Amino acid sequence: MAYLERILGEHPFFAGLDDEHGRLLAGCARNRRFAAGEYLFREGEAADEFYLIRHGQVALETLVPGRAPLVIATLGEGEIVGASWLLPPYRWMFDARAVTLTRAIGLDAACLRGKCEVDHHLGYDMMKRFLPVVVKRLHDTRLQVLDVYGDD
Amino acid sequence: MSMATTDPRAAGPAPFVPQAYRVEEVTRELADTVSLRLAPLDGARPDFRPGQFNMLWAFGVGEAAISISDVETDGSFVHTVRAVGAVSGALAGLEVGTRVGLRGPFGTGWRVAEARGADVVVVAGGLGLAPLRPAIQALLADRARYGRVAILVGARSPETLLYPEALAPWQRRPDVEVLVTVDHAGADWAGRVGVVPGLVPRAAFDADDCVALVCGPEVMMRFTVAALRHAGVAAERIHVSMERNMKCAVGWCGHCQFGPAFVCKDGPVMRYDAIADLFSIPEV
Ligand SMILES: Cc1cc2nc3c(=O)[nH]c(=O)nc-3n(C[C@H](O)[C@H](O)[C@H](O)COP(=O)(O)OP(=O)(O)OC[C@H]3O[C@@H](n4cnc5c(N)ncnc54)[C@H](O)[C@@H]3O)c2cc1C
Ligand code: FES
Repeated sequence: MAYLERILGEHPFFAGLDDEHGRLLAGCARNRRFAAGEYLFREGEAADEFYLIRHGQVALETLVPGRAPLVIATLGEGEIVGASWLLPPYRWMFDARAVTLTRAIGLDAACLRGKCEVDHHLGYDMMKRFLPVVVKRLHDTRLQVLDVYGDD
Repeated sequence: MSMATTDPRAAGPAPFVPQAYRVEEVTRELADTVSLRLAPLDGARPDFRPGQFNMLWAFGVGEAAISISDVETDGSFVHTVRAVGAVSGALAGLEVGTRVGLRGPFGTGWRVAEARGADVVVVAGGLGLAPLRPAIQALLADRARYGRVAILVGARSPETLLYPEALAPWQRRPDVEVLVTVDHAGADWAGRVGVVPGLVPRAAFDADDCVALVCGPEVMMRFTVAALRHAGVAAERIHVSMERNMKCAVGWCGHCQFGPAFVCKDGPVMRYDAIADLFSIPEV
């Protein structure tokens, strides 16, 4: 447990996490390893775990009928994968594929939601960490949609 | 590569008279983009500073501002032209052996030497790598005089990454961090997908002691500047290259006015703190 607590605290997403919250979160955490090409999750599946990438690269993909899968974004070391576990209906909206060997911490979503409900300080702390990531990704997506490179 | 330390306009021929150049080589870079290697028919190519531009004249069509994207030791300029309209379309269609008029070089350049001793972050989006390439070459030619060097490159897709043959050797150098991203890609692309401002937090540099050189579409530059500011880089350490329609290129006609400045003479490379209020970062 102490090991996972330390690893969690070292991940940029949990920078400055207090010890008590670290202990609570570690209770929901486990080490995960994905070989290149392996899927962390597939679109439509239950969003029951979210991931802190420690090492490697993950591609978020979607399928457009009649076309090869499209990569929407890639995520790397120090980033998190997955926000759909936060809100009903708790289903993944995209596929997440390990591009290279990826090591991550997986946090059990139901466990985490339960602890956030019981301890609102923890819940608020989680929201303060999640919201900037979600907003930044929204901004990035808007910039992508703008297709700034025009006719390139 | 030789670079001027004085204002090249002072030494050059009358600024309105194009000099005749010959197209020595045409390299297709992208579906709509070519690089032209141009050698003067008479005399020597004028000196230039990385970041400056020439006015290229397609005979019978007109003139357009095009950045200097490289120079060759044989005394030729290299210009990378994307066909977006009449003039650029005519330039991009030129064949080896044909002639083109050239005035310049004009404008301010990247203040590469001023960054000595500091970390340097170069951020290029799309065709923005063209005017930055000579700055990168100058940095790498004098590598020991700079701190960490990060080159962040963005493009629409893997197929539209400019100068892959230049990127590869930069990527192999242990003393340069090169991060490349594309906005859209298929699953066969093993690199990053995401917008270029998203690379800023991933690059290693000292925000308190770095110089940032940014060039690309204006929206991309706005978001990149926001990311650099968020990382703690002071406005006066950020340099951007602006584009406005040009006509005279020497500060006389007012075509390229950008607030109180003329992009042809006070730019194209400008310090962000000087133009911050014109270059507003909208809420998105
Ligand atoms: C300092 C400076 C450096 C430049 N360097 C280069 C360079 O290295 N390579 C290069 O290809 N171009 C460069 N440009 C841009 C080039 O000068 C313009 O694209 C020019 O207007 C082309 O003339 P045109 O007659 O072909 O197109 P225009 O008739 O002027 O324009 C045709 C269409 O393209 C659009 N357009 C014009 N300019 C741009 C632009 N910059 N980006 C996107 N859409 C545009 C117009 O809105 C119009 O719809 C530079 C401009 C400046 C000011
Ligand atoms: S192009 Fe004439 S003033 Fe700049």
